[in-house]
Amino acid sequence: MKKRLSQAGKTTRSNFITYGLVIVAFTVLRLLQSGGALTSSLSGQLVPICAYIVMAISLNLTVGIMGELSLGHAGFMSVGAFTSVIAAVSLQGTISSGWLRLAVSMAVGGLFAGLASLIVVVPVLRLKGDYLAIVTLAFGEIIKNIVNCLYVGRDGSGLHLSMKDAASLGMDADGVKIMQGPMGAVGIPKLSSLTAGFILVLLTLVVVLNLINSRAGRAIMSLRDNRIAAESIGISPVRYKIMAFVTSAVLAGMAGGLYAMNFSSILAKKFDFNASILILVFVVLGGIGNIRGSIIAAAALTVLPELLRQFSDYRMLVYAIVLILVMLITNNPQVKTFFAGHRPGMKRQEKEEEAGNVL
Amino acid sequence: MSILSNLINGISLGSVYAIIALGYTMVYGIAKMLNFAHGDVIMVGGYMAFCSMTYLHWGVFPAIVLAIAVCTLLGVVVEGLAYKPLRQAPSLAVLITAIGVSYLLENAALLIWGSDPKVFPSMVSVPTQNLFDGDLTITGASIVTVAACVVIMVGLMAFTSRTKMGKAMRAVSEDKGAAQLMGINVNATISMTFAIGSGLAAVAGVLLCSAYPTLMPTTGAMPGIKAFTAAVFGGIGSIPGAMIGGLLLGVIEIFGKAYISTQLSDAIVFAVLIVVLLVKPTGLLGHEIREKV
Repeated sequence: MKKRLSQAGKTTRSNFITYGLVIVAFTVLRLLQSGGALTSSLSGQLVPICAYIVMAISLNLTVGIMGELSLGHAGFMSVGAFTSVIAAVSLQGTISSGWLRLAVSMAVGGLFAGLASLIVVVPVLRLKGDYLAIVTLAFGEIIKNIVNCLYVGRDGSGLHLSMKDAASLGMDADGVKIMQGPMGAVGIPKLSSLTAGFILVLLTLVVVLNLINSRAGRAIMSLRDNRIAAESIGISPVRYKIMAFVTSAVLAGMAGGLYAMNFSSILAKKFDFNASILILVFVVLGGIGNIRGSIIAAAALTVLPELLRQFSDYRMLVYAIVLILVMLITNNPQVKTFFAGHRPGMKRQEKEEEAGNVL
Repeated sequence: MSILSNLINGISLGSVYAIIALGYTMVYGIAKMLNFAHGDVIMVGGYMAFCSMTYLHWGVFPAIVLAIAVCTLLGVVVEGLAYKPLRQAPSLAVLITAIGVSYLLENAALLIWGSDPKVFPSMVSVPTQNLFDGDLTITGASIVTVAACVVIMVGLMAFTSRTKMGKAMRAVSEDKGAAQLMGINVNATISMTFAIGSGLAAVAGVLLCSAYPTLMPTTGAMPGIKAFTAAVFGGIGSIPGAMIGGLLLGVIEIFGKAYISTQLSDAIVFAVLIVVLLVKPTGLLGHEIREKV
């Protein structure tokens, strides 16, 4: 119990380190970008990196803090991406400021992703473990499938929807086609920028870190650690699980909006099962429940294939091998004890405790 | 008659899913891990059969035997190198390793065979059957697939209930620690399970490619996901469950394609899965594990 209390100060310090890290990284990148020191392939990656960081943090909320495996996180990103693109195109005449339009469209994306998560929330409350994982996987695939045959257009009289083809939209001659089924969304206004991405990352950090360190966050974690014990002291699983899950989905939806508006066209395939897995890899490699780890892993692993370019054809092979080796090494009991003994600022007794736990 | 022919197509596709799902469910039952690389073992099996027939001009049976042998070996080697050191690690770490293995196999195949689809040679010599004056046609591949599935199912049931190794497998899946105390070699049993699962994946790969004769490095990915779904559908860890789940999934997919929408068939399959899990949270034949305080 004493340990818990002394950790309160540690948490604040750790959170400030996380904020500081993001701010420093942004400043350095901004300076490099304005100095023209970034290669074009790397500066093209900046907004996706921000989007992936937000995705990783929000998935960490589900996987690390709530303790439920989700294999369909990219589904929420997809919902957010396409709804915010529709919003951005529709508002083209109404809001002239690019910044405001980006903010409003991302909010719309987040809202719709949140609504979509409410559909999945019923199974989330009823199922656990791998059964829940498969439901989230199924959800992601359903979203991909539906987006793949969705046609959306806009003309003077408003939005038109169709599941058949572009002709059945029944638009006026001056209508704009926004989504064209398997061809995805086209003609997206390029509103995203590194600064927008940075602001979204900060917003996500504020929301998630404050949630984790609040009464609600502790309730969520207590449900993860022991549901029966938590329920017996009056913590409602329904309320707190919905809270964590919907927050995670809304953030993912906003990340989707940011991501989509970095490209001129985007396909539903971009947000498939593999994308969900990619984000899960960030979370696990960064450390489950560790927000700072998620940020670093998301940034490093998005840049890694780029850095491995010299291996050309072999780069995904190398990526796979790196992934396996990292998992094998970080979970090796001997390596774990070694690091447990060398962590600075830890009291001797704690060291022994931790080493004992590992063995 | 179209309902009947769709039903037969569905059962044939479902049989392939069932065979893959058996591999998933056995590995899950014993090692408690989701082996995401399983779908890619299917692809390796397909390529092995393809190469031995196209480049080495082997007959059908040697080709199948080679595919099974290579996949079995692959399964055992992957288990020994990548999964065994993680036996005590958290399940998510094992999951990510399995994903790494899956990337590794897919990209190795991409480097070896290239990304262009290969046309799988016809392996089935059973002629297409025309029944009811040609109203109902059953392809030879369907007949062989369903027959293979039944044989594998019966064989596997007999293996797990009669043989010593099969009993050891069931014991390990119930309680690893207790099984070890009874003198069962847990590691050998897990390796054996991977060997059988991967061998089955090779068979599934050959059958899948006989029915849909295009072979690419990503061929195994989608059937892998569907079979995983089938395994959960039937109750993961249960062998008859995997069989029923696979068959139902195949039939639903084909019927969805035929009567509702071709593009939305996957969405229909997954929506049915979600509904089933809402009604029966541990799958059709899964056991509910009650939590005790």
